[in-house]
Amino acid sequence: MDTQGPLSEQGLVRMLTHTGERIEDERFAPYAADLDAATLRAMWHDMTVLRGFDLEATSLQRQGELGLWVPSLGQEAAQIGSGYALRTSDFVFPSYREHGVALTRGVDLPEILRIFRGLQHGAWDPAAHGFHLYTLVIGSHALHATGYAMAMDRDGLVGTGAETDGAVVCYFGDGATSQGDVNEALVFAAVNDAPIVFFVQNNQFAISEPTTRQSRVPLAQRGAGFGVPSVRFDGNDVLASYAVTRWALEQARSGTGPVLLEAFTYRMGAHTTSDDATRYRTRADEEYWAERDPIARVEAYLRGIGELSDEAIEEAHAEAKALGRRTREAVKSWSPPPTSTIFDHVYAEPHTAVESERAWFARFERSFTDKGAHA
Amino acid sequence: MTAMTMAGAINRGMRAAMERDPKVLLMGEDIGQLGGVFRVTDGLWKDFGPDRVMDTPLAESGIVGTAIGMAMRGYRPVIEIQFDGFIFPAFDQITTQLAKMHYRSRGLINLPVVIRVPFAGHIGAVEHHSESPEALFAHTPGLRIVSPATPQDAYDMIQQAIASPDPYLFFEPKARYWDKAEVDEARVATQLSGEHGASAATAELSRGRVAREGKDVTLVAYGPTVRLAMQVADVAASEGRSIEVVDLRSISPLDSATVVRSAKRTGRVVIVHEAPTAFGTGAELAARVMEQAFFHLHAPVLRVGGFSTPYPGSKFEHDYLPNLDRVLDAVDRVMTH
Ligand SMILES: Cc1ncc(C[n+]2csc(CCOP(=O)(O)OP(=O)(O)O)c2C)c(N)n1
Repeated sequence: MDTQGPLSEQGLVRMLTHTGERIEDERFAPYAADLDAATLRAMWHDMTVLRGFDLEATSLQRQGELGLWVPSLGQEAAQIGSGYALRTSDFVFPSYREHGVALTRGVDLPEILRIFRGLQHGAWDPAAHGFHLYTLVIGSHALHATGYAMAMDRDGLVGTGAETDGAVVCYFGDGATSQGDVNEALVFAAVNDAPIVFFVQNNQFAISEPTTRQSRVPLAQRGAGFGVPSVRFDGNDVLASYAVTRWALEQARSGTGPVLLEAFTYRMGAHTTSDDATRYRTRADEEYWAERDPIARVEAYLRGIGELSDEAIEEAHAEAKALGRRTREAVKSWSPPPTSTIFDHVYAEPHTAVESERAWFARFERSFTDKGAHA
Repeated sequence: MTAMTMAGAINRGMRAAMERDPKVLLMGEDIGQLGGVFRVTDGLWKDFGPDRVMDTPLAESGIVGTAIGMAMRGYRPVIEIQFDGFIFPAFDQITTQLAKMHYRSRGLINLPVVIRVPFAGHIGAVEHHSESPEALFAHTPGLRIVSPATPQDAYDMIQQAIASPDPYLFFEPKARYWDKAEVDEARVATQLSGEHGASAATAELSRGRVAREGKDVTLVAYGPTVRLAMQVADVAASEGRSIEVVDLRSISPLDSATVVRSAKRTGRVVIVHEAPTAFGTGAELAARVMEQAFFHLHAPVLRVGGFSTPYPGSKFEHDYLPNLDRVLDAVDRVMTH
């Protein structure tokens, strides 16, 4: 492993070792102090259920029920830990892999699959969940997130000390840090003291390209150049993810401006179900990271302190299984609505081009029932 | 002759270009060890090394912008944009810089940059992976825009575009990547080794072709819709109608001469593309047919294309895109005049 570059462990905040021993981190321990065993168990539980869902989605794709699936496998700690640090007054801009964060924001996981079944592009109400739609164009949403944060600031939702204070968390990957939009977002956030946490999940790959193709230095170091305080942490450590994100959110909500976090993690699966990771990485690498599985780590810790019983484990696995079944049934029950619905929602007000095509399409469809199909 | 898929033909074409000219290099996301998400660059990184097959940072504006700088020093960058919907971060570099440098420098600077774009639909993908943005670029003077429909054209056209001194957008119909056909490798090699090879290549690239002769209706297509047009012609033939299919190959310049010649014979023109009909290639072509063949027309020129909506969920793409029924319906309508 590299000792200096973007794949090094340089400066990582860590609170649990990969075998589940607790490490005290002076700076961030206070931010995990309120975390009782029950909450940590809830995080573990959500990570376990999320993984069950994720694997089910992969198998649904394999069976042709979904066009594509983007697994969150291996990134559960980064996502669930940071998700637990959020309040309802916060707002999230995910990229497209943040199913774990979606779970913490109350999105019913199977609903996500409407997108991957090719039925629609958005599948939840962002305002209802404080969780924006997925954005597939790499990095674009970093600017939206920044603008949203600037608006929250203008609306007096920052720095009052009240529960209504909020901040934005914007998730993106290591590859995304190369995009102009992401760099512009850092500039805008910095000069506006915007209440935003940029949350990079460095899962070490942008499809096939290792993070070394995007940077010479650990990604968190980028923050300094923008004047944005930054922290790197072990992204497979749910405790660190929670504590560091909580700290960052408190900074942002208090009105001191943006923060950049880098969760150093590993994409345990392929990029998507269309990808073949064996073409660009080794089995040895995968095995090394399998030993650092984020779920196994917190499980070992909870068991070690006598806070996770066999029954609880069984229960969580049963729940994951039940969610899998419910997901499968839901997905199979979704048939596309009439094609005429593609003309809905192009604009808020009627537009003559859309309306005339809608009318034409209705006549065209009727012509088949009237005189029988062509070919 | 060698049997090749369209993806394989582009791969072999690029390989031939790289062997012919050491200044040719490839740039893009995941094109190295992975061989590109469609494997179009498969094997090239291994054989030519990372200096000539560059896995770039994830930034399209960066890719095109740095390609421009390299081209200024005599390199011939061939860029792969991973999917049609991801070309837009580079829109500024393409339209304000790449397109205009030759003009602004009063001919002193050539930018022989080829931007390969896997485009169009029918692969059941999520959003931004099935778009047809060619007209957005065709509206920008200074860019040449082509789209092959067969492995032979893919093989020839990629090499001709690389050899040409102008910037190209090379739209590859991704749903046709796996279509296989026999390809003659010798002809383009001979053309490009000739004294005025690049000029001959550019001229040939600018021309469409009659893919099938007929006398009742001229059906114009390019890239992904050529195969559909051929199917329509087959079905129509079984109904006693003779369809001439024109494969445009080039969108800028638009070979209206070939279409007008055909239109004067058939008197009826239907244009099919996947891009939204409104303000599309078909609109430009229809206008030219009106200007140049008006008194030969028996019916208004019709267009069949994508609707005026964003590309919908893939479950709807069959209905959103031109399909057999919609094109046959248009053929019916021009025939009833
Ligand atoms: C602007 C843009 N270019 C290219 C792509 C194609 N693409 C999809 S995901 C991806 C890699 C993203 O890597 P990273 O940002 O590290 O996030 P990860 O997928 O690893 O979570 C690429 C190149 C895209 N979606 N958007």
